[in-house]
Amino acid sequence: MKEIKHALILDNQLIADNIYKMTLEADGIAREAKAGQFVNLYCKGEAKLLPRPISICEIDKDRGRITLVYGVVGQGTKEFSTLKAGEKIEVLGPLGNGFKIDESKAKNIIVGGGIGTPPLVELVKQLKGEKEVYLGFRSQSILLEAFKVYGANVHVATEDGSEGFKGNVLELLKKNNAKGEIIYSCGPKPMLKAIAAWAKENEIAMQVSLEERMACGIGACVGCVCKIKEKDELDWQHKKVCKDGPVFWSDEVVWDD
Amino acid sequence: MIKEKHNLKVNIAGVELKNPVTTASGTFGSGREYGEFVDLNQLGAVTVKGVSSTPWKGNPAPRIAETYGGMLNSVGLQNPGVEEFIKNDIPFLRQYDTKIIVNVAGKSVSEYCEVVERLSHADIDLIELNISCPNVKEGGVTFGTDVKMAHKVTKEVKRYAKQPLIVKLSPNVTDITEIARAVVDGGADGISLINTLLGMAIDIHKRKPILANTVGGFSGPAVKPVALRMVYQVARAVSVPIIGMGGISTGEDAIEFILAGATAVAVGTANFRNPRATIDVLEGIKEYMVRYGIQSLDEIRGMI
Repeated sequence: MKEIKHALILDNQLIADNIYKMTLEADGIAREAKAGQFVNLYCKGEAKLLPRPISICEIDKDRGRITLVYGVVGQGTKEFSTLKAGEKIEVLGPLGNGFKIDESKAKNIIVGGGIGTPPLVELVKQLKGEKEVYLGFRSQSILLEAFKVYGANVHVATEDGSEGFKGNVLELLKKNNAKGEIIYSCGPKPMLKAIAAWAKENEIAMQVSLEERMACGIGACVGCVCKIKEKDELDWQHKKVCKDGPVFWSDEVVWDD
Repeated sequence: MIKEKHNLKVNIAGVELKNPVTTASGTFGSGREYGEFVDLNQLGAVTVKGVSSTPWKGNPAPRIAETYGGMLNSVGLQNPGVEEFIKNDIPFLRQYDTKIIVNVAGKSVSEYCEVVERLSHADIDLIELNISCPNVKEGGVTFGTDVKMAHKVTKEVKRYAKQPLIVKLSPNVTDITEIARAVVDGGADGISLINTLLGMAIDIHKRKPILANTVGGFSGPAVKPVALRMVYQVARAVSVPIIGMGGISTGEDAIEFILAGATAVAVGTANFRNPRATIDVLEGIKEYMVRYGIQSLDEIRGMI
């Protein structure tokens, strides 16, 4: 039977404004996890009732550890940010389907936006071939070194120009005339929508990791849906981000909102 | 060592459940997902997510908002329709030694009747008529908040039902007892309550409602006092068995509902926080019975 585990927190540090990196001793999760999957973290008590879905940033199968990089966006993640090494946290996972790594592709483009960047680290670690990583942030970048360690060329765009290219990540892709055989992406929906349109124009297959407000995280409540095409834009079904995703092919998604 | 001499069996309109614990419709799918966390054989019954005559797409996302001690949902009864349900989910659930309660959704009297007629030939144990979902426009809630409509839809559906008929009530009414009496008068063999309370949450940074549907159904531990009060009132107004629900996450919560008059209890939103909540509730009921030397829940049911 599956169950929520009480995982030991090995480390929980502030790495940028409002962004924390937590390392958990979670042997079972590390053994099974794939790039692009997530875990549920639970708050103490019942006041903050629902689990928080957090993507897995890195998997260390040898040492039985996972690393999570999360933004403090509400009361739940604020509680997580106060936890110290040596404390325990309730965790369930790995959940969802990760990226479908296509090893036949020699040239990979990886596009991350803001707090959607973390799951791309494990992906880049596992990808073979050329890895061109494009990251967009409002002002402050995260995880650049992690990507470089795994052999990626990293290109950064910031909206305020405080680091790298001034503008958004799509403008940077266009400016660099980026070429690749496949795109893997995670970030805010407007960014994914724009990159998906660019990918379609350039006839590049693209995988997107979507986000939606969840309750259970395991496919039971049908809360976290997105529109996935059956045939075309008009013939679609609500699929569960947690169970059917969070990774989908960009041409399956109805990008209407 | 707990001796298993106490009797957990309960009877809902002629259907015997091995114990009083079931699931609240819409929180447990058809048992597949939580069946990986708990042994479904241990549950008195599985109450499945609402089914309608044709597939329903449900409401747009976001459908979920957390609130203090609870949550809002505006799923809107997304489901694959009764045919897919019968084909895929009944064979799955029949692998387990548990009763099947099917929640029926509809937007008109004829649609409710169509689904119930179809289910009357299916291998299920009980029907739960959902006249109370707050998330479907022109839908269930108008039936569940209007005495005459609640009576009418129950009476019509009852003509097609071969299995005992439970009617699930909405708490979004002034006097729950008049609705309860109306559905019993219409032929309901049992009552379940409460469905979710209509609620709302606003994102103050975006200055917009969190739910795409603006309003949604409020559930979770925070609603328990309201649910308990309504079960207490309904238990005094009618004599049919009651399945009590609303914020139950422990055995102690369940005992409160049984003391207030519930025959069985359903665990809903608690599953999202604790995938083993159903079993924890069951174990908690057993511990209470052992502690107070209770042989059968009949000894304490409705004693408040």
